[in-house]
Amino acid sequence: MPEEVALAKEVRALARQIARAVKKPVQFMEVCGTHAHAVGRLGLRQLLPEKLTLLSGPGCPVCVTPTGEIDWALELAATPEITVATFGDMIRVPGSRQSLADLRAQGANIQVVYSPMQALELAVEHSDRQWVFIGVGFETTAPTVAATIQTAARQGADNFSVLCCHKLIPPAMRALLAAGEVRIDGFLAPGHVSAILGLEPYQAVADEYHVPCVVAGFEAHDILRALLALARQVREKRAAVENEYERTVRPEGNPLARAVMEEVFEIVDARWRGLGVLPQSGYALREKYARFDAVRRYGLRPSNAGEHPLCHCGEVLRGVRRPLDCPAFADACTPEHPLGPCMVSSEGACAASYRYERIGK
Amino acid sequence: MAERITLAHGGGGVQMQELIRRELLPACDETLGRALEDAALLPGAERIVLTTDSYVVRPAVFPGGDLGRLAVCGTVNDLAMRGAQPAYLSLGLIVEEGTEIELLRTVMRSVQKTCVETGVKLVTGDFKVVEKHSGDGIFANTTGVGFLRSRSAPSVSRARPGDKVLLNGPLGQHGVAILAARGELTLQATVESDCAPLSDLVEALLEAGGDGVHTLHDPTRGGLAAALNEIAQTAGVAVEVSERNFPRDPGVEGACDLLGLDRLQVANEGKLVALVAPEVAEPVLEAMRGHASGRQAALIGEALEGPAGRVTLRTVLGTRRIVDSPSGELLPRIC
Repeated sequence: MPEEVALAKEVRALARQIARAVKKPVQFMEVCGTHAHAVGRLGLRQLLPEKLTLLSGPGCPVCVTPTGEIDWALELAATPEITVATFGDMIRVPGSRQSLADLRAQGANIQVVYSPMQALELAVEHSDRQWVFIGVGFETTAPTVAATIQTAARQGADNFSVLCCHKLIPPAMRALLAAGEVRIDGFLAPGHVSAILGLEPYQAVADEYHVPCVVAGFEAHDILRALLALARQVREKRAAVENEYERTVRPEGNPLARAVMEEVFEIVDARWRGLGVLPQSGYALREKYARFDAVRRYGLRPSNAGEHPLCHCGEVLRGVRRPLDCPAFADACTPEHPLGPCMVSSEGACAASYRYERIGK
Repeated sequence: MAERITLAHGGGGVQMQELIRRELLPACDETLGRALEDAALLPGAERIVLTTDSYVVRPAVFPGGDLGRLAVCGTVNDLAMRGAQPAYLSLGLIVEEGTEIELLRTVMRSVQKTCVETGVKLVTGDFKVVEKHSGDGIFANTTGVGFLRSRSAPSVSRARPGDKVLLNGPLGQHGVAILAARGELTLQATVESDCAPLSDLVEALLEAGGDGVHTLHDPTRGGLAAALNEIAQTAGVAVEVSERNFPRDPGVEGACDLLGLDRLQVANEGKLVALVAPEVAEPVLEAMRGHASGRQAALIGEALEGPAGRVTLRTVLGTRRIVDSPSGELLPRIC
C-alpha cells in the first residue's frame, strides 16, 4: 500500500507538471485500444487540464476491421466443415447481418482461443476438420500469427489456414494527418506495437507533418509522462520521436519478430473501417504460404458491405467524434446491442467510455 | 431469424438479467416482486427460506474445491444471504454416459464432507444419465431449505443511503483458479478457489449487526461489479467503493492484469458483500474479521442518495470511474 500511495503522489505531480506545460489548447491522440482502456479505467482524463484533449484514434484492431472482413469470418463459420478459431474479442462484433456469437448459438463451430498457436494445436488434434484462425491485430499480434503459419508449414498442417486481416499502425497515423480532418498536435504512440517496430517508423510522421510522437506504456505514470513529453514538445515547437516506455521498447524494436513477419507476409493496400483503403497498410500471406491463406483457399469474394446507417464508428476511429458525443452512444448502441465494433470490442473506444466514463451521462 | 440463447445469457451480467426478467419472471409468483434475491421467503410459512442453484463448472475438480463442494456451498450461501440458517438440501445429478465412476465418488465425498461442515442435511435427490455428448461429465442441482434467524431478513432492496459496504476478502480467486485449472493460461502463482460456506460468517455478522445488516449478497458470476449493480438498481441507491480499501491477493491481481480481466467482474464462491447501517459497521467488521472466512474483511465503500443504480469506483489515483455490470460471456461454466 505505501507503494500505491507513492505512485498516486507521483501521478498527481505529473498531472500538475502537464497543467503547467500546456499553455494553449492542445489535442493529442492515442492510437492503441489498450491506452484507451487504461485511460478510462484509471480515470486519467480527470487529471488532465481542460486545455488538453486526449482523443482516441484507430487503435483497436477489431474496430478497424471493415464489415466486409467480419462478413468473411461469418461466412467461414457458417460452413459446416470449418471450425473458426478466434480471439474472444471478435465474438460479438456485428457483421452486416449477425455476429459470430449469433452463429455459434445456431450451431456453428466457433472456438475462442488465447493464441494462434493454440488454434494450430487444436487443428492438429482434430485433423478431421478444417480450422481457420481469424488473424486480427496490428504489428503486436501479427508476428505470433506469422510464426504459427511457419509452424503449420513445417508440420504440414493442411487443415489449418488464417483469415489475414492484420494492419499496420504508422500508415493510419499518416493518413489521419494527410486528411487533416481533425487537429492532432501529438501522438501517444502505442507501447506494444513499438516494442516490435521500434522508433524509426514514427520518424517519418514527425518529420513530414511536424507532429511529435511519444511512445507510452500502460500504467498511469507511463501515460502521463508521455503526455508531459508531448506537451513540452508542443510548447517548444519541436516534433521529435521520444520513448517514454524504455523498460519495454528498444529503439530498434524487435528485429527477430519483424523478420518472421517479413518472411510470411507482404505489405499490401488494405481497407480500414472509417478510413477507406490505405496504401501499404495491411499484411497478406506471401505466395509461398498461399495454401494457409483462407481467402484463397475458400475463394472469398470482396464484399461492399457497409456499416449500420446509425453507426458512427468510422468517425470515432478518425477521432472526429468522441464516443460520449455519438448520438447512438448508450442509446441505440450498447454493449448488449452494439451497432458497431467500437462498442463491443474489449479495446474499443466506445466500450471504454461506456464501461468507465458515463459518470455524467 | 429465430432468437436463440447465447453464452452471454448465462454470464451473470446484463443479458442474463434481461432474459430472466423477460422470459422467466412472468411465470413466477407475483409476491416475488421485482427484486431478484439469492433466496425466497415463503408467504404463509414465515420462517422458511428456499433457494435452488445448478452447477456446471468445468473442470469438475479444481484447486480449492470441486463440483460437490461448490454445489453445497453455493446453495448454503444463497440461504445465508437472506439471514437463514441452512437446514436441508436436495441434490439432483445429471451424468453423461461414459463418465468415470471415480469422479462421481469424488463429488459425493465432497458433498458429504461439506454437508457435515455446514450442518446441513442432504435429505432427497435425483439421478439421471444422458447419452454421451448430451452433457459434459456431471451437472448438479441443489435446492436448499433454511430457517430465518430473525424477523427481518437482509434483502437487496433494503440498502439505504449512508450504509457502509463491507467485503469479507480479496476478489476473483474462484474465477482465476478455474481459468488456471483449464490450462488456458500459465500462471506463476497458484491461485486456489475461495469456494467456502459462509453461513457461520453470516451468523457472526448478524449477531453483531442485528437489524442494521440491511443487505447481504454473494458476488458469484459477474463478480462484485454485478452484485453492486444489482443492489444499487434494486434499492434505488448509488454505491461508491474505494479501490484503496480492497482486500488484496497479489496472485489474482497479477493474473487479472496479464489476462486483461477486471477483478471486480471475476467470479467468487466464498465472498459476500454486506451493506450495513453506519452505526453497526465497526462491530460487524470486527465480527467478520474474527471469522476464518473474513480475516481480510474491509470497509470498501458507501451507499449514496443517487443517482439510483449507479456504481462508481474511487481509484488509487483519486479519480472516479463507473463500475459496470459485465456484458457478454466472461467465462462460461465458471460455477
